[in-house]
Amino acid sequence: MNKRTLFIGAGSVLVIGLLTLISATRWSDSHAGAHPQAPAVSTATIARGAYLARLGDCAACHSAPGQAPYSGGLRMQTPIGAIYTSNITPDRQHGIGNYTLADFDRALRFGVANGHTLYPAMPYSAYSSTTPEDVAALYAYFMHEVQPAAVARRDNDIPFPLSMRWPLTIWRWAVAPAPRAFQMQTSDAMLRRGAYIVEGLGHCGDCHTPRGPSLQVRALSAADGPAYLSGAIIDGWHAPSLRNGDRTTIGAWSEADIAQFLRTGSNRHGIAFASMNEVVSNSTQFLSSDDAAAVAHFLKSLTDTGAGMGRYVYDPATSLALRNGDAGARGAQLYLDNCAACHRPDGKGYQGVFPALAGNPVVAAAPSDSVIRIVLEGMKTARTDSTPAQFSMPSFAQRLSDQDVADVATFIRASWGNQAATISAAEVKQQRASPR
Amino acid sequence: MKPVDAVIIGYGWTGAIMAKELTDAGLSVLVLERGPERDTAPDFEYPRIADELKYAVRGDLWQPLAGETVTIRHKPGEIAVPYRQYGSFILGNGTGGAGAHWNGQQWRASPNDLRIRSVYEERYGKKFIPDDMSIQDYGISYEELEPYFDHFEKVTGVAGTAGGNPFEGKRSNPFPQQPMPPILSSQLFAKAARELGYQPFPVPAANSTAAYTNPYGVRMGPCNLCGYCEGFGCFLYSKAAPQTTIIPVLKGRSNLQVRHNSYVTRILLDSSGKLATGVRYIDANGKQVDQPAAMVVLASFQMNNVRMLLLSGIGKPYDPVTGKGVVGKNYAYQMVSSSTAFFDESVNMNPFIGAGAAGQQAIDDYNADHFDHGKHGFVGGAMIFAGATGGRPIVQMPLPPDAPRWGSGWKSAVRKHYAHSSSVATMGSVMSYRDRYLDLDPTYRDAHGVPLLRMTFDWHPNEYKMTAFTSARAGEIVSAMKPQRMSQHILKPGDSYDVRVYQSTHNTGGAIIGTNPSNSVLNRYSQCWDVPNVFVFGASSFPQNIGYNPTGLVAALTYFAAAKIRSTYLKTGGALVHA
Repeated sequence: MNKRTLFIGAGSVLVIGLLTLISATRWSDSHAGAHPQAPAVSTATIARGAYLARLGDCAACHSAPGQAPYSGGLRMQTPIGAIYTSNITPDRQHGIGNYTLADFDRALRFGVANGHTLYPAMPYSAYSSTTPEDVAALYAYFMHEVQPAAVARRDNDIPFPLSMRWPLTIWRWAVAPAPRAFQMQTSDAMLRRGAYIVEGLGHCGDCHTPRGPSLQVRALSAADGPAYLSGAIIDGWHAPSLRNGDRTTIGAWSEADIAQFLRTGSNRHGIAFASMNEVVSNSTQFLSSDDAAAVAHFLKSLTDTGAGMGRYVYDPATSLALRNGDAGARGAQLYLDNCAACHRPDGKGYQGVFPALAGNPVVAAAPSDSVIRIVLEGMKTARTDSTPAQFSMPSFAQRLSDQDVADVATFIRASWGNQAATISAAEVKQQRASPR
Repeated sequence: MKPVDAVIIGYGWTGAIMAKELTDAGLSVLVLERGPERDTAPDFEYPRIADELKYAVRGDLWQPLAGETVTIRHKPGEIAVPYRQYGSFILGNGTGGAGAHWNGQQWRASPNDLRIRSVYEERYGKKFIPDDMSIQDYGISYEELEPYFDHFEKVTGVAGTAGGNPFEGKRSNPFPQQPMPPILSSQLFAKAARELGYQPFPVPAANSTAAYTNPYGVRMGPCNLCGYCEGFGCFLYSKAAPQTTIIPVLKGRSNLQVRHNSYVTRILLDSSGKLATGVRYIDANGKQVDQPAAMVVLASFQMNNVRMLLLSGIGKPYDPVTGKGVVGKNYAYQMVSSSTAFFDESVNMNPFIGAGAAGQQAIDDYNADHFDHGKHGFVGGAMIFAGATGGRPIVQMPLPPDAPRWGSGWKSAVRKHYAHSSSVATMGSVMSYRDRYLDLDPTYRDAHGVPLLRMTFDWHPNEYKMTAFTSARAGEIVSAMKPQRMSQHILKPGDSYDVRVYQSTHNTGGAIIGTNPSNSVLNRYSQCWDVPNVFVFGASSFPQNIGYNPTGLVAALTYFAAAKIRSTYLKTGGALVHA
């Protein structure tokens, strides 16, 4: 066999293989799984579905500012181009008005709609463990309560050949698990409920679990090992570890602290920022107190076995030095001039208003992305029904040089018992230059 | 334009209170605010807000006087001229109005302030009140207003000591927050006052002491005594303002619209003149718009409230010659004095640690009718208070009157006195008089060609006597503080009202509350006697001025009316008090 024959032969096999794959994906998509039966629709079912839609935070992606709820159109940047979320109102032409319960289930849990695989921006891998009763309740809510909106779907801005969908199917086969019934062997009903929410509709892992080389979430559940919810970089922010570990996690938070954070966006340890604000505003503030407690209970069960940095202990040395007029530490004077009015010289802030920096896992975590970006860009706290006031931290990008930001960030990361690494001006420069 | 249930003119304290109350009641509400939208972020962000030249001198948050102002003269017959540069008082603009850049001293009125004529006639006889003094009772008792003083204190998180002021009316609840510890200048004042037998107490401060959550769920931050209250927005969410206490809950309400840069030029009436049909305004693009509404809430500060009524032909304009008519009647102001103590360099006053109200101390012995006026021969009095509102470099440099005004002499005087002086002030009431009033200026017009408001005002002998007496008491306290020297600024007979010097933004009257249509514009529920679907809120409703900052009383009158509007007016419509 000469080289030419080898190429043709290999090429033929590849083409035939791909064609087989494509047809197979199409076949599989139209035969995906067994779907729940549509039960009789009641007011209670619809209300349940409305609650679940908030748990799943469907609005976060499927509602664009100023547009009808769930009419889609939100632009989402992906590595291969921008996609626009779909209209999931019951509009028959543009939305999901013609979906059967099976179609709805196929999209929600299997990631397949209209015969092709959805982009994994849709967290169907997490949603896959949703119970048939909950899928049916969600379906009832979207069909009977959500107002149809005749908003046409926007085409994605993804150039050919990346715009072809069939590789997504291969991706799904390779890394997304087949939908399965939620299972957890435990007699602790609260733990089970918490896991069902966090691993399922809550899809917390989509931001807080690191992703593998093919961008798949590396662990989908507690059972998948210690990578689950161990913190990740997402959209240029560091989403901290939610595991019950050392000072770089929420290990020091009590279950009550976690529940309070979910329902109000803040607690005595910290305050939500970046896209977690939207999660709090659109989703977690509506958690029932039982569900918020269950989520907290489950998160506290995620123990870290590895030798970490140990739990946080407050160290009064910095506070005493500042109180005595000693601002000699690197960044200390910048801290007094720019930060201390709100976060106070003792780093403890004011609960519910200005977050503590002392012991705050966002400050103490090794990745410095969030700290640098908050200093550069400022932030605004989440608005919830119970906490309507939004507090804002100004941007310091114009006021502080790269070196200043590095110094002040290094100061807060090394003070009051925080023990995170120093930050260089180069890191700040890189964050400043990153396109947002 | 699509009709609304209620249109509110102005988005300051009273506009925000009414927007909350009326949207709570389910009405569709439109707020028209003359100025721009402003919120803590980005408009009051640190450190840009700490710019004394921009805000406290050039008045970036204030109403631009080039577009609209008031004309002023001392007495009838003179030609009034426009108030072209800020001095005597400050007009608010934009979201929060003057409530965004006030100090935060939040007082209740004294019970006898509300029935002043009756109190003086009963205690001193009818002849004690001069013939030309046109003071009136409100026809509302302190007890009726108490729940609303109380509620507003909770909304704004007022810090104070219940029972601290022995002259205060009975309160149903303690202050919602503990006071800030007194700063050194107020400590010295309080000590001296106590030695003289007075009972000093913390000034009730709408500068939050701690992290606080108000009854609407709105959280406030703690004041850090940065010294940038009056003239500035608060970057720390601690000074109560509509933005920091009420507006957060209004955001996102589907039955509320707020249109900024919308300049109302008149309230529209039907052909009978007895019913408002909406308002006419000039929108952000300069286009004239008629907005239909079933109810009009006029909440655009004392002066513009009066002007709007006059421009709209609501109520009979006041005539100082006949004493007939009511709109513009009983304009009044306040008369303040200051006594500055200069200490040696061993007393470190650190004046930059200050706030509009927090950390200050006061005595109330010589205010309202808290003392026997019989032998003194004047009506009214003054609250006497001490503390530092800040130690900013441009306008907060107290120097003795003989210090050089510039050059190296000025520099050395500043070096000598800046950190070693403190001030005690009196906030004196001013009574209303037949010849002190507001009307439309016959000559000057605003940028849109609409007549300006004209103020006719000067001091009367009663107030010179009041300030001489109360300032002497303040001076005794300052002397007891044992400074090296003291200087006093006190108005004396012969001194006319000087618009160039800041005194207070406590302008009152012109659309006053009263017991019948012949003596007032509004009934006790702030409802126009003549046009019952128009309600007017602000210190324009005070029949005479008091010796306190007015915001507490302004808000209490607003909440009092709002409760009646919600319980009765929205069901029955029409007049809430039958003349």
